[in-house]
Amino acid sequence: MEFFRFNRDIPFMSWRRQGAVISLITFILSVFFIATKGLNLGVDFTGGTVLEVSYSQTADLGKIRSILVDLEMSDASVQNFGSSREVLIRLPIKPEVSTAQLSEIVLNALKQADSSVEMRRVEFVGPQVGAELLENGALALLFVSLGIVAYLAVRFEWKFGIAGIIANLHDVVIIVGCFAFFQWEFSLTVLAAVLAILGYSVNESVVIFDRIRENFRKHRRASITQVIDNAITQTMSRTIITHGSTQMVVIAMLLFGGEVLYYFSLALTIGILFGIYSSIMVGSSIIMLLGVKREDLVKLEKKPLENDGAVV
Amino acid sequence: MNRYALWKYLIIAVSLLLGLLYTLPNFYGESPAVQISSLRVSANVDTALLQRVEDALKKASIETVGIFLEEGSIKARFTDTDIQIKAKDLLESTLGKEYIVALNLLPNSPQWLTNLGALPMYLGLDLRGGVHFMLEVDMEGALEKSLDRYSADIRSTLRENRIPYTGLEKQDKKLILKFRDTEARAKAEAELKSNYPDLGLIEKEADNRYHLIAAIKPEAQVRMQDSAVMQNITTLRNRVNELGVAEPIIQKAGADRVIVQLPGVQDTAKAKDILGRTATLEIRMVDDEHDLDAAIRGKVPFGTELYEERGGSPILVKKQVLLTGERITDAQPGFDKDNQPAVHINLDSNGSRIFKQLTRENVGRRMAILLIEKNQTEVVTAPVIREEIGGGRVQISGRMTSMEARDVALLLRAGALAAPMDIIEERTVGPSLGADNIARGFNSTLYGFFAVAIFIMIYYTAFGVISVIALSFNLLLLVGLLSIMQATLTLPGMAALALTVGMAIDANILINERIRDELRAGVSPQLAIHAGYERAFGTILDSNITTLIAGIALFAFGSGPVKGFAVVLCLGILTSVFTATFVSRGMVNLMYGSRRRLDHIPIGKIWIPKHRLASDKAISHEEVEANEDTTASGKVRINEQKKVNIQSEAISPVEKIAETNNIVDDAKIRPDEKAITKTKSKRKKSDVKQPKQQ
Repeated sequence: MEFFRFNRDIPFMSWRRQGAVISLITFILSVFFIATKGLNLGVDFTGGTVLEVSYSQTADLGKIRSILVDLEMSDASVQNFGSSREVLIRLPIKPEVSTAQLSEIVLNALKQADSSVEMRRVEFVGPQVGAELLENGALALLFVSLGIVAYLAVRFEWKFGIAGIIANLHDVVIIVGCFAFFQWEFSLTVLAAVLAILGYSVNESVVIFDRIRENFRKHRRASITQVIDNAITQTMSRTIITHGSTQMVVIAMLLFGGEVLYYFSLALTIGILFGIYSSIMVGSSIIMLLGVKREDLVKLEKKPLENDGAVV
Repeated sequence: MNRYALWKYLIIAVSLLLGLLYTLPNFYGESPAVQISSLRVSANVDTALLQRVEDALKKASIETVGIFLEEGSIKARFTDTDIQIKAKDLLESTLGKEYIVALNLLPNSPQWLTNLGALPMYLGLDLRGGVHFMLEVDMEGALEKSLDRYSADIRSTLRENRIPYTGLEKQDKKLILKFRDTEARAKAEAELKSNYPDLGLIEKEADNRYHLIAAIKPEAQVRMQDSAVMQNITTLRNRVNELGVAEPIIQKAGADRVIVQLPGVQDTAKAKDILGRTATLEIRMVDDEHDLDAAIRGKVPFGTELYEERGGSPILVKKQVLLTGERITDAQPGFDKDNQPAVHINLDSNGSRIFKQLTRENVGRRMAILLIEKNQTEVVTAPVIREEIGGGRVQISGRMTSMEARDVALLLRAGALAAPMDIIEERTVGPSLGADNIARGFNSTLYGFFAVAIFIMIYYTAFGVISVIALSFNLLLLVGLLSIMQATLTLPGMAALALTVGMAIDANILINERIRDELRAGVSPQLAIHAGYERAFGTILDSNITTLIAGIALFAFGSGPVKGFAVVLCLGILTSVFTATFVSRGMVNLMYGSRRRLDHIPIGKIWIPKHRLASDKAISHEEVEANEDTTASGKVRINEQKKVNIQSEAISPVEKIAETNNIVDDAKIRPDEKAITKTKSKRKKSDVKQPKQQ
């Protein structure tokens, strides 16, 4: 069985302009939504308390809200979580109340109203911890980006490093943009997914870059466009199958992973889909834009062989 | 060329064996157990105690599944949690306060596995349920506290040395000493310098007064912070011991933070209550002379404070602190002569001296034990002093239940924290959610694995099966490795496990696609396998290293659950590179490497395109290197063709043969291939020799 049957190389590079327009539009839209709507940051980053409780029957959200209002916590948000029996309560930080006790107060009040309530999860994050986690997340993002640029620059050439990281940061911005647009909760696990995607979709660029290097070596007379088109076409099958396989697992997580892994796998899904596009269109377009030459790679590779170059 | 030396197969076999061995304990599951360890050095955990526990359980006819002594603690297994709790209550009451009786889960794996050090993976709190706290030491508070202590000490030093001073006040984390003349100040400075090396002293003149400003030196502050954190950890450990948690984790995190993890704790409210107590204890005298009613109305007499006793009744207490909780060495609940609940307190030598004097001077009056938590003070108990108490053994009784006695004793014993602490992060996972999370993580991995496995097996047939075997081997090694390292497995870690399945298959796909490419180009099967693996390796390495960079960053900057994700991700990358390249190659070599005449390999139907960019696929990489001339001439021909065909589709000699049948079955590819390989076989053999020698 073989899914992909290309008789000739697909002229990806001739679609560069369209690709650039699509990328720019999605990128600008993402930045726009991040800027205007902002991220729905989870309790990990904002600080605050999250309580997950479950009832034996369908939970009465109205009643829970009124209990919270009685406790003077009218700014709490109450919503179903996963099923109708499970409820997620978010409490913002209150400077005057001892935060550690806050969840106990709420739990006790809920227990008095309905004894079937069961504590599933309590998360409390102090404001300083939230700020730190956000800072560490940003640091991790920076570290990964620099690390990948450095690695690609050493292994290939600086142009590839730049192209690889732009292609993937483009994915990251779009994932974050989607989270901003739909106001999905951006938690610590989502951040982990974003960073994993950063590492994962660089794979894609690496595979294509590897082929480009190899093609440069082999097709001595072919133009750069031909070389890149050929490289992408040849790795196409692997790209789709790999991403498809990863996506299968991610779908399994989406279906069976429960609420905690839901947004995690959603971020991965967006990352995987855009990863295919960006490594094909964005990464390769950028190395063309940066004016990649075969000498960039081939010379470096073949230095030990002496009679090389002169013949060509 | 596709043969492995024996030692390579041995490596694979050994790693498979080790992987199996260390993964095995994870399949046995866990059973509820009670763990008994000693709280004090004096209480021995030995075979005598084991006998006692056995007898006690037998007497109450509580059935154990197994009871044994291990690493200084006795562990008893039970069939279900009901019996476990019953046994815990029984043992707690029979063994007394000398021992910690804690609920625990013990792996069911057989003894020989445990002896080998093969333990199941260590589950994180989000999987087994429990409480995670991050506490921060309030250094400001600690500083204030030590400044208070310094000011009291300085006062007495100055008094002892008869150095006149006009005032001493605390301002902005500094102590300001005021003197009338420079002579007194110089004397005081010399005296303080020799007595308090941790204080930095600065002279300052202000409105005709001579000031001496004392501040704690920065290096002393760092030392103070360290010792405060260490003392708090000790105190927290004592408190946690009281809670009866089997495997608590209490560790320093950063300069001023402490992480406390209590796996399996069900009563989180109690845990939080006890841990969160930033209590300090003070013994002061009760003021019974002044009018209490007036004080309640708002006229609190000078030098006293109005507090509430436990139970709500108001009480006037003098401000002067006679004794602090630091002097208490032990406190136990018990009963007095009249069989009333009581608390027995032991004081250290200095404390007993002070207490003796205090009781001698105040017989018949009441003293108050105050518990000062953040911003609020409570009078724990206010007993009447009946007689002079020497020797440091104090008994407080009256007006309390045995529960209260236990509580008070616990508070007194656990001691005060060196500095107040705040809970700045809490993650509590109920046991039911923990079990759900395990199921979720497990199901995701399982179904994800099956989906990928089925697809790959259909797509790549026999080579797909090899890939899937390599993939399951990968999973086995990963789980084994996690078990050996006893790394904490969290829900994101399980997600990483699932993701590893999805990502690790990439390496296999790369290899299989490469082999297909080679076959498509008309290379002989053996050579295709060889070239496929060799060439895919560089790509696999590159792409995995970038993911590894991301994983390392996550580990370095992530916290808690994210760290768990990173650990599994990084380990998964390492094992997947090993299994995809080395192990699957081993399998392929074992199956096909020894066949001299391998006509085709079952890697699925290969489709060969009509046209393609010439010169590359027809001739393999090695040949390009060796036959510069032929390819060069071939290219000349291609260039000529280019002029005719703008799309640069040239037809190489090999494709001409392949062109006749567009889609070639595995079986059908043979005749064509033979024709090509025969003509080239000699040349190739010499070319490929070099990599073979490796």
